[in-house]
Amino acid sequence: MEMPKPNPDILALKPLLVKKLQEVLPHDAVIHEEVETRAYECDALTAYRCPPLAAVLPRNTEEVAAVLTICHDMGVPVVPRGAGTSLAGGALPTADSVILGVARMSEVLETDYDNRFVRVQTGRTNLSVSGAVEEEDFFYAPDPSSQLACAISGNIAMNSGGAHCLKYGVTTNNLLGVTMVQMDGTVVEIGGAHLDAGGLDLLGVICGSEGQLGVVTEATLRILRKPEGARPVLMGFDSNEVAGECVSDIIKAGVLPVAIEFMDRPCIRATEAFAGAGYPDCEALLIVEVEGSDAEIDEQLEKILAIAKSHNPVELRESNSADESARIWLGRKSAFGAMGQINDYMCLDGTIPVNQLPYVLRRIGEMSKEYGLGVGNVFHAGDGNMHPLILFNANKPGDLEKCEAFGADILKLCVEVGGCLTGEHGVGIEKRDLMVDQFAPEDMEAQMAVKDVFDPKWLLNPAKVFPLATSAPRRIAAE
Amino acid sequence: MRPETEAELADIIKGADAPLSIRGGNTRGMAPAGAVLETGGLSGVEIYEPGALTLVVKAGTPVAEVEALLASEGQRLPFEPMDHRALLGTAGVPTIGGVAAANISGPRRVQAGACRDYMLGVRFVDGNGVVLKNGGRVMKNVTGYDLVKLLAGSYGTLGVLSEISFKVLPKPEAAATVLINGLDDATAVQAMSAALGSPYDVTGAAHAPVGVDGTPVTMVRIEGFAGAVAYRSEQLKTQLGKFGDVSVETDADKLAAGWKWIRDVEGFATQEGDVWRISVKPSDGPRVAAALNARGVMYDWGGGLVWALTDPGQDIRPLLAGISGHATLVRAGDETKAQIAMLHPERAPVAALTASIRQKYDPRGILNTGLMG
Repeated sequence: MEMPKPNPDILALKPLLVKKLQEVLPHDAVIHEEVETRAYECDALTAYRCPPLAAVLPRNTEEVAAVLTICHDMGVPVVPRGAGTSLAGGALPTADSVILGVARMSEVLETDYDNRFVRVQTGRTNLSVSGAVEEEDFFYAPDPSSQLACAISGNIAMNSGGAHCLKYGVTTNNLLGVTMVQMDGTVVEIGGAHLDAGGLDLLGVICGSEGQLGVVTEATLRILRKPEGARPVLMGFDSNEVAGECVSDIIKAGVLPVAIEFMDRPCIRATEAFAGAGYPDCEALLIVEVEGSDAEIDEQLEKILAIAKSHNPVELRESNSADESARIWLGRKSAFGAMGQINDYMCLDGTIPVNQLPYVLRRIGEMSKEYGLGVGNVFHAGDGNMHPLILFNANKPGDLEKCEAFGADILKLCVEVGGCLTGEHGVGIEKRDLMVDQFAPEDMEAQMAVKDVFDPKWLLNPAKVFPLATSAPRRIAAE
Repeated sequence: MRPETEAELADIIKGADAPLSIRGGNTRGMAPAGAVLETGGLSGVEIYEPGALTLVVKAGTPVAEVEALLASEGQRLPFEPMDHRALLGTAGVPTIGGVAAANISGPRRVQAGACRDYMLGVRFVDGNGVVLKNGGRVMKNVTGYDLVKLLAGSYGTLGVLSEISFKVLPKPEAAATVLINGLDDATAVQAMSAALGSPYDVTGAAHAPVGVDGTPVTMVRIEGFAGAVAYRSEQLKTQLGKFGDVSVETDADKLAAGWKWIRDVEGFATQEGDVWRISVKPSDGPRVAAALNARGVMYDWGGGLVWALTDPGQDIRPLLAGISGHATLVRAGDETKAQIAMLHPERAPVAALTASIRQKYDPRGILNTGLMG
């Protein structure tokens, strides 16, 4: 993956930059020794690494504004970093950039159950937002699988989803307001505890902008009362087509489960060997979960089971206890770990129209043979967000490149059938060069025009999202 | 001008040398200066996949046509868009593009989300006449910046929508409204907060200090499968009993009429005065009403949306100082409209950003000039 060459003029500024940063931050909040900056050399896309010039850990909006003002005035690029769990390289530094980490900004600022919102500093982890409102039986709905570790700042940057977004939506549907610092140090307040924008919906474009428009320091998030209960059902089918039809029929019947998860045979076998959840050895497996009181759950499951039965399942397993529910989820929740035990893997997240599922799975199977790399599929079937896991050996020369080429072919296929490159992980550097497959040059121009407005010097998280050649004229002009 | 294709639309905008007044169904009574550009010729459904909950439709398609098609498959637009005709005394046919361009949502917004939350993708023509697309027709999509949200509620000032993809949802088989009579505004908001903070998935919470029969009524809506609706409305009836005299209405026609009365603000339709729409956090709703000394108010979204009927020509925004949110002038005479901005003025750093974005998308300033400030 190509990254811009570090600017030698900026590298030479390091001593002065560190001195200025130390003037506005506590001493231990400016990390500049080479042995320490290495901790920030990559995020969860570990194939690419580069230690930054320095890393800073501000504690509040004022300190973030002070840091950005300094970097802006000196022309130093800044890469915002949440918890570093991005699978797309969203927080990958360049050698001439400063990492701005929000890890020390994790406070809950306001909790309001009557108005159903919580206001937090964005370094707080996703799960601990729910944790902060649990005492009153409330929760924050978006639940990316990294929720134990990932920060709200990163969720906002990538517009993160999760397993339950068929019912609850993704980050953008649950974000009410932000305090954001622009690259030049200007602090803006957008949205709040009220609903909808009074003018242009800037909040909507900030969410999912991958840290390129500003550093979001505080967020107002919608919280919801927990449902009374939830219960999954597991169903196995002998073909992907039938499983896909079953998903479609459930949705058409007016049932809106909170989650519909899909696993294919390679993934089922891997998880069985790893976790022993007792899954049937079949072509396709669905886990469908519904919520409500016991009686409401029975009412919904009755309809779902009737539909499943009409598709001749090879297995239909209802849960009768919390323990059985946990066992149904066990394999799904172990899927990534199970695949990881077989080999290194790359996780994609293209989205497709759900009726294209059987075709796309068949094509992925064919490509798997052509490339000679194994692939398992596990994904959110209700919304078409796929997660093909391509297996490769990082220690075998050429395997990573082969895996990346295979991955690119799968994503191009997703676009070709009417879907998109990424459903919830973001573009980052990983899918940057594939943007041309989804967007015409003028479509990307329209997006980059927004960055021109928020960050005219293109200093915030540069070289991400847009292909390098596409963003080059702007990045060079700004230097 | 009434283009029949997206390409014609692009040619018209490219060739324009003076402001264009973009018109969907013309049911909002907005008439920015300029040559009228109608979108009604861009009409029709492109893709409807009930099993995928997705609909792709041209922007000039009448809302009624969209709703009828969805109803034929037992589905609906979840955000319950308002019909402005009764309140504003306008004729015309509301279009789906007008709904999207103004981000119009009704009572269900409080639970399901706004129009913008169900917009998956857009095609539009910017102020230079360039055809652009963003988003797509899948439910999860974070590829590039989300210009779909930016276009939603941009009132045509960034571009003219030509096609929109929506996520739609099943229409529940049953519904009920839990009614509480005789509450004052503050108590009503507390009752609605209790309902919205319950696990019973309330899909509407409104309060009219002057209901259809002239006395205060608070309405809480439940939707879902029959068994669930019966169970939840009974639970709520019990839990809300401490606030006042509670009953449950299940007659489908009465429910539809009642929520349409709220959605379309029918109570103000025949009364004289300006009409404002104020979005605040729910517990601030009664504060807004107290500050305004209005001729009438009505609360939706659990108290977070205040509809106010005020003396003609009065700018209420100074009265709301200290309360976070925004006020939109929805109905007023031409003279008032010329003096008071429709949308709430933005604070300086935000105003600079939005002005700059508008300049990028419409450098000549010809799309609905001045409509958003």
